[in-house]
Amino acid sequence: MKKIAQTLSALALAATLVPSLLFFADLLALAQVKVWMLVAALLWFVSAPLCMERKTTQ
Amino acid sequence: MNDLNTTMAGEHREPVEEFEREPVPDRALLGLRSFVGQYGGEHIAGTELMLGPLFLASGASAYDLVVGLLLGNLLAVLSWTFITAPIATRARLTLYYQLERICGRKLVMLYNLANGVMFCFLAGAMVTVSATAVGVGFKFRMPGLNDLYPNSIGWIVSALAVGLLIAVVAAYGYKFVARVANIAVPWMVLVFVAFGVIGLRQLGVASLGDFWDAAQTVIWKGGDPLPGQVKFSFWHVTFFAWFCNMAMHIGMADLSVFRYAKKSRYGLATASGMFLGHFMAWLSASILYALQLRENPANIDVLPGPMAYRACGIAGLLCVIIAGWTTANPTIYRAGLAFQAIVPRVSRFRVTLATGIFAAVAGMFPAVAMKLLGFVALYGMILMPMGAVIFLDFWVFRRLGLQQNYAAAAGTQFNWAAGTTWFLSLGICTWLVLHGGVQIFFVSLPGWFIAAILYLILSMIYQRKRSPVKRLFREREP
Repeated sequence: MKKIAQTLSALALAATLVPSLLFFADLLALAQVKVWMLVAALLWFVSAPLCMERKTTQ
Repeated sequence: MNDLNTTMAGEHREPVEEFEREPVPDRALLGLRSFVGQYGGEHIAGTELMLGPLFLASGASAYDLVVGLLLGNLLAVLSWTFITAPIATRARLTLYYQLERICGRKLVMLYNLANGVMFCFLAGAMVTVSATAVGVGFKFRMPGLNDLYPNSIGWIVSALAVGLLIAVVAAYGYKFVARVANIAVPWMVLVFVAFGVIGLRQLGVASLGDFWDAAQTVIWKGGDPLPGQVKFSFWHVTFFAWFCNMAMHIGMADLSVFRYAKKSRYGLATASGMFLGHFMAWLSASILYALQLRENPANIDVLPGPMAYRACGIAGLLCVIIAGWTTANPTIYRAGLAFQAIVPRVSRFRVTLATGIFAAVAGMFPAVAMKLLGFVALYGMILMPMGAVIFLDFWVFRRLGLQQNYAAAAGTQFNWAAGTTWFLSLGICTWLVLHGGVQIFFVSLPGWFIAAILYLILSMIYQRKRSPVKRLFREREP
């Protein structure tokens, strides 16, 4: 469970930044960037508490 | 910035034992990474979204802004490392206890009052930032760059609702918000990076090689400031970056943080906060404002909500709300603690709630947020003299044969030398700003030396009159 949460939160962070870089390189439209960033935000706030909570209790 | 008071916001960062009236023991000391994480997190705050655009509104040029921020932030890091941390790691006491030993309980209460009031206004600015995100959804009229008062019913309702919500949460569930803040930080940092990257592309920057040219000709063009703003030169930017956390480093508030550091060089960890929050985040936020001005030069309003929404959609709005909320909460909480020290019989819940309501009302008035550059400089100026008092007491007094920790040694509740130093230096600094032609952004530098000289002279006079050590010995004699 912890590993899944860690993987998902890493993916969420990547999905927060990478779309903006793709937009910079003209490989993604701004509307799509906004959708990806929203999905990434939701994913982060679902997955990060699981792995960050574990870290603090260990 | 202050973000100043998310200090120790994270639940897991708060030591189980607080050691409020004793030196931190060796077993409770923390490693470098704790401080890197703490400072990296606490300087990504809602107010960064105001400060970045305000630099642009003040007509800062690309060179002045970029190099000025690099130098100013370096000076801030060095101030933490060579002024705050060496005392913190030797005395290992909280700011309040150390001040109490030097100044006496009653003077510390006055300090708490000043600190608490400034915290309230700062939290108010964070409420203002969050309320601008609400305006995107409800489309009511929001305050302009030079507005001092609320300008629509929608804004009043929004700011009050956001502020009251933050106040209730601060009173009930501070730890929950601290946890959300810790979780949000890595994500917020990347959203700020995304603000900058997206803004740059929309401003026509297609490669890194284009950056500096666009920075000079499109983004930070320099020239006259926008109406109602002070012109910012290289030195304004440098001093602002150096002094915006003056209360924390030269003012010594972060003694409470660095008393846990194993070594004084851990002060260098503050670089994480300075160069993420006070460099990258300020530049990103000002890029968003430059984009807004380019799209519509008549739209000079500094409204983080709409700016973030244009760049990153709902995720940008979330970032504005969370950045404002998670930093306003600990600020209100700490203001509440400062006030509670003055009225200890009233419960922390009630004091925090009342403090939050005060901040909500302050947030309704855009004056603090729109004049945040000046307010932050004022905040540093008000608390700076006490930093000079602690510095002298720790390093100089013993060498000159003066009594250290005078109030504790003499059993006085109010060290008049320290109190007079504080009031006189503030009076002189205020006179210099109002009549002496020194701008508030610079006045704290001479102000520190004025406070130091005053405290030295006044202590020589005061201690000679009361001679506490001799009196103590006399009292002990049979």
